Amino acid sequence: MTFQNPDLAKLVFGRLTLGDIPYDEPILVYTFIGVAIGAIVLLGLITYYHKWGYLWREWFTSVDHKKIGIMYIVLAMVMLLRGFSDALMMRAQQAIAFGPHEGYLPAAHYDQVFTAHGTIMIFFVAMPFITGLINFVMPLQIGSRDVAFPFLNNFSFWMTVSGALLVMTSLFIGVFARTGWLAYPPLSELPTSPDSGVDYWIWGLQVAGVGTTLSGINMIATIVKMRAPGMTMMKMPIFTWTALLANVLIVAAFPVLTATLALLALDRYAGTHFFTNDLGGNYMMYVNLIWVWGHPEVYILVLPAFGVYSEVTSTFSRKRLFGYASMVYATVVIAVLSYLVWLHHFFTMGSGASVNSFFGITTMIISIPTGAKIFNWMFTMYRGRIVYDVPMLWVVAFIVTFVIGGMTGVLLAVPPADFELHNSLFLIAHFHNVIIGGVLFGMFAGVNYWFPKAFGFRLDAFWGKVSFWFWVVGFYFAFMPLYWLGLMGVTRRLRHFDDPSLKIWFEVAAFGAVLIFIGIAAMIVQIAVSIIRREQLRDTTGDPWHGRTLEWSTSSPPPPYNFAFTPKVYDIDTWWEMKRHHWRRPVEGFLPIHMPKNTGTGVYLAALSFIFGFAMVWYMWPLAIISFVALLAVAIHHTFNYNRDYYIPADEVARTEAVRAGA
Amino acid sequence: MSMKTLRGLLLLALPMALSGCHTVLMSPNGDVALQQRNLIIISFVLMLLIVVPVLIATLVFAWRYRESNQKAAYDPDWDHSTIIELMIWSAPLLIIIALGAITWVSTHKLDPYRPLDRVSAGKVVPADVKPLEVDVVALDWKWLFIYPEQNLAVVNELAAPVDRPIHFNLTASTVMNSFFVPSLAGQIYAMPGMQTTLQAVMNKPGDYWGFSANYSGAGFSYMNFVFKGMSEDDFNKWVAKAKASGDALDQATYTKLEAPSQKDPVHYYGSVTPGLYQAILNRCVQPGPSCMNMLRMSQPDSGGGEAAASPDSHAAMPMAHPQ
Amino acid sequence: MSDMTMTVSGGSGADQALTFHVTEADHPENATLLGFWLYLMSDCLIFACLFATYGVLGREYAGGPSAREVLELPTVAINTTLLLFSSITYGFAVLEMQHNRRGPMMAWLIVTWLLGAGFIGLELTEFMHLVSIGAGPQRSAFLSSFFTLVGTHGLHVTSGLIWMIVLMVQVGKKGLTPANKRRLMCLSMFWHFLDVVWVGVFSFVYLMGVLA
Repeated sequence: MTFQNPDLAKLVFGRLTLGDIPYDEPILVYTFIGVAIGAIVLLGLITYYHKWGYLWREWFTSVDHKKIGIMYIVLAMVMLLRGFSDALMMRAQQAIAFGPHEGYLPAAHYDQVFTAHGTIMIFFVAMPFITGLINFVMPLQIGSRDVAFPFLNNFSFWMTVSGALLVMTSLFIGVFARTGWLAYPPLSELPTSPDSGVDYWIWGLQVAGVGTTLSGINMIATIVKMRAPGMTMMKMPIFTWTALLANVLIVAAFPVLTATLALLALDRYAGTHFFTNDLGGNYMMYVNLIWVWGHPEVYILVLPAFGVYSEVTSTFSRKRLFGYASMVYATVVIAVLSYLVWLHHFFTMGSGASVNSFFGITTMIISIPTGAKIFNWMFTMYRGRIVYDVPMLWVVAFIVTFVIGGMTGVLLAVPPADFELHNSLFLIAHFHNVIIGGVLFGMFAGVNYWFPKAFGFRLDAFWGKVSFWFWVVGFYFAFMPLYWLGLMGVTRRLRHFDDPSLKIWFEVAAFGAVLIFIGIAAMIVQIAVSIIRREQLRDTTGDPWHGRTLEWSTSSPPPPYNFAFTPKVYDIDTWWEMKRHHWRRPVEGFLPIHMPKNTGTGVYLAALSFIFGFAMVWYMWPLAIISFVALLAVAIHHTFNYNRDYYIPADEVARTEAVRAGA
Repeated sequence: MSMKTLRGLLLLALPMALSGCHTVLMSPNGDVALQQRNLIIISFVLMLLIVVPVLIATLVFAWRYRESNQKAAYDPDWDHSTIIELMIWSAPLLIIIALGAITWVSTHKLDPYRPLDRVSAGKVVPADVKPLEVDVVALDWKWLFIYPEQNLAVVNELAAPVDRPIHFNLTASTVMNSFFVPSLAGQIYAMPGMQTTLQAVMNKPGDYWGFSANYSGAGFSYMNFVFKGMSEDDFNKWVAKAKASGDALDQATYTKLEAPSQKDPVHYYGSVTPGLYQAILNRCVQPGPSCMNMLRMSQPDSGGGEAAASPDSHAAMPMAHPQ
Repeated sequence: MSDMTMTVSGGSGADQALTFHVTEADHPENATLLGFWLYLMSDCLIFACLFATYGVLGREYAGGPSAREVLELPTVAINTTLLLFSSITYGFAVLEMQHNRRGPMMAWLIVTWLLGAGFIGLELTEFMHLVSIGAGPQRSAFLSSFFTLVGTHGLHVTSGLIWMIVLMVQVGKKGLTPANKRRLMCLSMFWHFLDVVWVGVFSFVYLMGVLA
């Protein structure tokens, strides 16, 4: 049997053929060349400086929550570049495709671009940002040495990377889904979407979803079990509260996504009839299920951002957070209500008036605790001494932007109003208004706020402010025209228009996207400049902003064990209280510290998951079976390793602490 | 360019939006869309009651309590006030109670399934006027409108007399679409194997823009049609013109029409095989497993609770068993 | 950056009794059982979705056979008995584990494993029979949701069986160490959880399907 044998080729390569490599699409070829050159340069540099061993030992296999958190945020930033390129392409297409001019993107490409944009921005930008920030900050805030399951944490991260890689692979091998980011059937079923696109989407999200769910479990267990002595629930920092509730939502929502995607996969792979048009299938069930996950997902993203705003507002107003208890209750209420509103995403599906108004009213009720939170931030600023460092600028921009987005959201919750506004650009403007203005601004505030904790030097404030102004002004230019276009009756996901009067508004929006592009570039410059000027920006105190919570009590960057002695907690603003009592880091009496060992298993498992996902996408059955069996074998092999921890000797702790005290 | 100037521009833009100089959503010509427009404005103004003070207070606090303003009071340990907390929970609550009441009433009143009781403000539907029946089928990627009473069908053009209620029944051939004529009434999904309903009325003659508002695949951008609001006379002329077309829409022509295509021109069918719409709805145009099974389905509406298949989906379907 | 933070510390410093760190070694509580329980809850939600799906599609026979026509209660009664007994025998294994009696514990685990394997065997026989009479998962939405719900449970039992073998090897090699005991407790929770899910499947799918 030779390799030319079509049956053998089919067995090995499944349905993958040379024709699936898009070498005839110039945009993709140039992108590929760009990515390839970038990758070669990066890999070459790493090799030249002999950094592979360092990266592998200190980062990839690390089970340290701080390093994993940083890696999550790096992933989010890289994927932001991809997701934003998609946004620029859409803005450009919509600004030029009028009348006889078809624009530069054919439907086959454009429809992938908007699907990829939504998928990547939610799953591989917003989620890693949130998870990364929680990973880095939360254990420090609760005075813990690591998370409850450090290996699982590393594994979760690499699963997210594998999911992202699967989605990215679709750029150069095959196609991505052309269904919209939630892949509603029947469009996403085999008869109407026969190619690899929806399968990439399914497996990318399934692989990443495993990571997300496990990370959610990990974080809940950490917060419940590993808080420092004295830290009762009502003395937890507010960011930790929001992290807890976001992770409860993750554990309670992501399994629904997993199940829904599995059912869609069964329809596509096994010929079942869950969401098909025929033989009793019911695609409306998919729409319900996906939003039972999808709406809580919105709050998974925004709650931790709310936590960041609370910490930043209080720190930079030099004042205790106003209404801590009502903040906590508001967060809990939002988390619970987030499960009672999913139907507002499809009022137009023809439910009865009573069902529609029930879900409309529950949606509006969410605005009550959210409103209370806004007021709490306001009254935290009231009678404060507000220092406008970069994180605080983001807070003020957030409040203003989010209030506008919240208002249009409530408007969309009125079912008869939604009949006119559903699926329009008004809706697009609304959710970008809350996700950029709410989630992303919070992440930027958080990155600027906790960066010195992670690296021991602050981010450059000038470039931070440049980035801030371009982002905020760019945001308004990019999305306010979309509200207007929505009122003009323009619907989403169109790639061509007939009415020339719309053009000017799309051009303004495209201009806004360019401003945001400059904002992103300024962010990269900010990081580069900060690294170059790190000696001037150095913070030796571990507490550059006069913080209030425990993470600022240790040195920056914190030692691997975070705290040489476990802190004891009396107050919400523990560190503030410690400073009042002139607490000093102890310099003697150290004990050996019990720590988890690094392991490469997470990387291996995630790599095998990637291969498995890829094999499934292309129907490479033997490879799929081999990689799945290997996955099981590596996982089982890992459980035979009982030697997973070690002690940092007391004198090493003493040395580390002495360096930090003397620095 | 500061954020404040930008904010000023925005505030200028709002009244423009409300006055609705050019936007179709703010100046519709159908009574249902008009009521929906009014609802948008009422809700918007109601929310401004709380949003505007919040925005102003935020900016005032942010400015007044800046670090360099040492004259402002500073109270670092102040973190609770029962009165303020009561206010910040009850103020949004009051707005939401008002808005919730409006929502409940308007959602029932503007339920797309509910027959209209007026053609425009102060003008009830005369007792002898029955709604115009139109059966809508969303195809890949064009619209098919069937007029059962007139026994005609049109692709990508919809006409109706003004001031007469229209009763749409909607379904689709393969994937979900959304039927939307912004000037006429809010949208509703058109879904394969399911039927939804929309009741609407147009009050002013003219050509209006209609389209699919739910992404449905490659040809989605061109899935547009013109809605023609006409006087009773013009409508009759339009019917006569359509009827004059020799083409008949039967199983064979429908099967050809159903195949995916883009930018289809307007096309009239002078007659329609009876029961065609029901056959499309029940996926029975082609005799096959899906159709046969509909016949033996125990509960046609045991689905998710939204749109249900027509209750008479088990009724005899002439197309199902061609001679 | 202002330095006022330090000047506003007005605290009297009278309560010097406060110590802000613990000087003894740190012993965080082990969170494994809580974590595993959380995982089970997430798994429970997957089953909830599958039950809901079955609830929606369970009567969409699409002209194919109905539940009453294809499901056989006697087989399932035996199946259910096997699984319920395996839960009891796992309970005995845990009792022996708590008394640190490795041999009897292993014996009970083997009994549990055999009961579980019997369950899977019977389930596979049932599935093959259904497929052979043309009632496979592609036939109708009812059968799709039936196979998926029951099959997902079966997959869980299968992974429980694999896990049980792994644990038996590990206990054989390392003995009843705290780590192994913790793992046995996790598997115990998993096994009982599957039992509870099966009670749901049995009543909701089989009993209601055949008797309704």
